[in-house]
Amino acid sequence: MKLSKRLVLSAAVAASLLTLAGTSHAQAALDSIQKAKLIKIAIPTDFPPYGFVGIDLKPQGLDIDMANYIATKMGVKIELMPVTSANRIAYLQTKKADLVISTLGKNPEREKVIDFTSAYSPFFQAIYAAKTMSIKSMNDLTGKTVAVTRGAIEDQELTKVAPAGAELKRFEDNNATVSAYVSGQTQLLATGASVAGVMMQKNPQLNAEYKLLLKDSPNFIGVGKGEDALRTKVNAIIAEAKKSGDIDKMAQKWLGRPAGQLPE
Amino acid sequence: MELDFAAVLTEWPLLLKGVAWTIGLTVVSAVLGVLLGIACAWVRTQGPGWSRPGVAAYVELIRNTPFIVQLFFIFFGLPAMGVRLSPEWSSVIAMVINLGAYSAEIVRAGIQTTPAGQIEAAMSLALSRMQTFIHVVLPPALQRVWPALVSQIIIVMLGSAVCGQISTEELSFAANLIQSRNFRAFEAFIVATALYLLLSIATRATLNWFGQRFLFGGRRG
Repeated sequence: MKLSKRLVLSAAVAASLLTLAGTSHAQAALDSIQKAKLIKIAIPTDFPPYGFVGIDLKPQGLDIDMANYIATKMGVKIELMPVTSANRIAYLQTKKADLVISTLGKNPEREKVIDFTSAYSPFFQAIYAAKTMSIKSMNDLTGKTVAVTRGAIEDQELTKVAPAGAELKRFEDNNATVSAYVSGQTQLLATGASVAGVMMQKNPQLNAEYKLLLKDSPNFIGVGKGEDALRTKVNAIIAEAKKSGDIDKMAQKWLGRPAGQLPE
Repeated sequence: MELDFAAVLTEWPLLLKGVAWTIGLTVVSAVLGVLLGIACAWVRTQGPGWSRPGVAAYVELIRNTPFIVQLFFIFFGLPAMGVRLSPEWSSVIAMVINLGAYSAEIVRAGIQTTPAGQIEAAMSLALSRMQTFIHVVLPPALQRVWPALVSQIIIVMLGSAVCGQISTEELSFAANLIQSRNFRAFEAFIVATALYLLLSIATRATLNWFGQRFLFGGRRG
């Protein structure tokens, strides 16, 4: 009993210390970046084409380009911090990173613990096929075979919108789905932008291209909770990049289609 | 734990289609596979010498590699050589080739235990080698190994579960698709398990009856 009381007390102290530490740093991120002339940005290295390690062992991809772009615009040096999907938000919360540019989608659970800038890149599930194949609308799928990963978001969307005459071939995982398309077992491929990007990069002979959108879920940059100064600064850079077409260029380079309309 | 079988059973058209595909794949591959096995067993025991190494290589290749690799080779590998087969054809061919190799060895075991006196008796009645094989050697040989052969057919039927990996819409595919939609994995696979169990029991009973009725003509074994 005594022990547990002490435990509760120390937990409470620890918690209040943490909150204190959290609040005392709020709004300080932009200042410390400018003072150190260095911005620390968390990026993915396991999620091509957004972030992956190239043959020169250096991280590259859309998120890395975006990170470098922001550092350049802010006139500071950059330190890239490789993170995973699971720990990227923790990097922000513990101030190990100033920004998270890591295919981060916005949802209410995340908005409770971090803040988001406006969207900087599209993430989407789409249908891909050879350039020679004319696919203008979902009705053009009639009589065609489409490879899709069973139970994935793209399967759910496609099942809803595909015409009755389309033949959906459902595979166990993304690898099997892509293999089926690459080996010519299906005429079309429905998958996420990331998977499709790698497929097109590794199989240029297929001349595959983006055809139809299934579902949009754009990426946002994560900033620490309450870091409004930094968030405003980054938002200004993103708005400028959208206007100048740099955002579209990055999307075109890595995803094979312009960014389109991204939410603020 | 709360079970919700209704969520799975409302998808009965998918399950029914799955059962139909599993039965269809099994029937076709059982007939063709056992015929292929008998042909291979004949070659390995009485066939011309030049053809034996080829059949032996086929049997060893298939019996010493996983079924799913054979299936993937046919579906994902052959298109590189310009041979493009639908998921359904790939499944049937993989199952026939697989059952052919195993049943070849089972039937061969039955043939090799044929008493020499029976073959000598057939030859003394002036039956040709082929007549001797089909009428004298094969029926009792099949009777001796029938339980093993039936087991092998059931193994192949249960093995057809992996054909869902290449999007053949058999029973396991249906169960997987259902659970990926309603997240009722436990119920979906319990239903699939029950259906496989029923299918296996029914297949065994049917084949036992079939063997007695048509292959070894009511003789008691």
